[in-house]
Amino acid sequence: MPPPASSTPTRLELVCPAGNLPSLKAAVDHGADAVYIGFRDDTNARHFPGLNFDAKTAAQGVEYAQRRGRRVFVALNTFPQPSGWERWRAAVDRAAELGVDAIIAADISVLDYACRQHPHLPLHLSVQGSATNYEAIRFYHEHFGIRRVVLPRVLALPQVRHVLEHSPVALEVFGFGGLCIMVEGRCLLSSYVTGESPNLCGVCSPAKAVRWQETPQGLETRLNGLLIDRHAPGESAGYPTLCKGRFAVGEQVYYAIEEPTSLNTLELLPELYEMGIAAIKIEGRQRSPAYVSQVTQVWRAAIDACRRHPAGYAPKPEWQRELGKVSEGQQTTLGAYHRRWQ
Amino acid sequence: MDNATPHLPKLALGPVLYYWPRETLLAFYQQMSATPVDIIYLGETVCAKRRSLNTDDWLELAERLTAAGKEVVLSTMALLEAESELKTLRRWCANGRFMVEANDMSAVHLLSGQAPFALGTGINVYNHHTLGFLASLGARRWILPVELSRAALMEIQAQRPAGMETEVFVYGRLPLASSARCFTARYHNLPKDDCQYRCLNDPEGLTVSSREGQAFLTLNGIQTQSAQTGNLLAELAELRALGVDVLRISPQAEGTERVIAAFAAAVRGECDAGESAAMLNAHLPYGACNGYWRGQAGLQQVTAF
Repeated sequence: MPPPASSTPTRLELVCPAGNLPSLKAAVDHGADAVYIGFRDDTNARHFPGLNFDAKTAAQGVEYAQRRGRRVFVALNTFPQPSGWERWRAAVDRAAELGVDAIIAADISVLDYACRQHPHLPLHLSVQGSATNYEAIRFYHEHFGIRRVVLPRVLALPQVRHVLEHSPVALEVFGFGGLCIMVEGRCLLSSYVTGESPNLCGVCSPAKAVRWQETPQGLETRLNGLLIDRHAPGESAGYPTLCKGRFAVGEQVYYAIEEPTSLNTLELLPELYEMGIAAIKIEGRQRSPAYVSQVTQVWRAAIDACRRHPAGYAPKPEWQRELGKVSEGQQTTLGAYHRRWQ
Repeated sequence: MDNATPHLPKLALGPVLYYWPRETLLAFYQQMSATPVDIIYLGETVCAKRRSLNTDDWLELAERLTAAGKEVVLSTMALLEAESELKTLRRWCANGRFMVEANDMSAVHLLSGQAPFALGTGINVYNHHTLGFLASLGARRWILPVELSRAALMEIQAQRPAGMETEVFVYGRLPLASSARCFTARYHNLPKDDCQYRCLNDPEGLTVSSREGQAFLTLNGIQTQSAQTGNLLAELAELRALGVDVLRISPQAEGTERVIAAFAAAVRGECDAGESAAMLNAHLPYGACNGYWRGQAGLQQVTAF
């Protein structure tokens, strides 16, 4: 029997990324309601060198956050292959032993194991679970009793509202940070070019496949040898994420898929609040503690302002300036929430 | 079943992933009914705005192909956002006559316990636990995610649930991603809501190349595919040794009959699979790829051993 959907949804819980203990503390100190972390292996979708938590730092992090009344979620949101299954199973058990507040998972095998083995441990469906409609959400709720779903960044705002009206569980949406524009959990672009993808290895456009090279034509960025972009002198060169390069289609050379830009939904807060969105997720476990501090601070202030007086809320210019500074390519977008973007 | 005399894998024709005009689609399936494919997947799986055929047209076509001796499966959309899309999905799932291939968990939810169903490329089955769970709900056939390798398939096959058929995407541009954004409309500087159905002009999508001219992706509306054509004909012996039941050929605007004929002849042992694969590859504009099967970057073409 699935447990009932949360009866007291806190609206706009601020869920912040923590790639390591200093980031976790920064998030908690600057007002995150919850932080999400990953273990130091391919069981999560930010499996980057030097990032994430081992047994000791995870325990310290959980204690630090929970002692201050904040919650900790563990992302176990990649897709185990048979040979790696034991790692995911052990990770679920470890999360349960740590006493975390929820597991964020995507694969059916992981959800099934967690729900049977640790029935009291709340489950959230990861964005990697690709649930873009309420029938899909009902599936995960009915079978695994998920309490919350993180929506892929592909829905326009009215579509988010429609899903919410029919969803048996609370919704978490992305508010800020790096922008995946494909349905998460179903994007194989990275493995097509590099052999490694979020689903397979917990990475997208992995650093080990990246090459930067000064040439007479400008600074070139490559991924496993494939030219992702070429930057004229003075042009800022971002990390060569595969979907954000300049490519040729027909006679045109342009950002064929997406510009280097970050999602920023600060101006949508009143609508998200009014429709009853349970939580706002900030992307960026791979970013620095300074990023986490800055972004958490701004979003804490914004959410508080919105809660106090939704009708009179407007994002402050200084908030947007702060977020702009830490955005990819120093620009932000409303992404798919805004229909014209699609 | 798996240990009996080696069985011949069946040939399947995947759903048409591009937007072709009605006449083109109907002529294509007329042609296909005379080919040696055993299974034909029908339906629009990429974009709900593509309506060359409506639900009744598809069902009528399904009857015709069934009468021609084909097993017909109805494929569902991979990305569902609007209520109208769910409405069509419900009708598709409750058709009561043809097996349905789920490409989203919404379809799995609607089909669970109702009728046997197939799992398409939109469903992530990366291990046997997941496959077993879905089998318990009525899944009878699954397709290997295109990014998984032969080694992973071997492990899953070793523990596959009883009565479960395994399908592999063996030929065609690989479906790699779906988005809310229409990349074809973006190329034409049009918003998606006013796309003017420009993808009708690209019967095999739009090719994306690096600024050095290395083609690597294909834009097909909201879907992104590989530019290289996946071709596992040369790996036929490995596919058979792993007990793969169904080989999926993804329709292309040109040469699908030739591809089916080559696979059919190789399956029957009438020609050398490696030589036939090389002959097919000679026709490809951006070459073939089999990297995923070898556990490498998907776009690579690796010579066996």
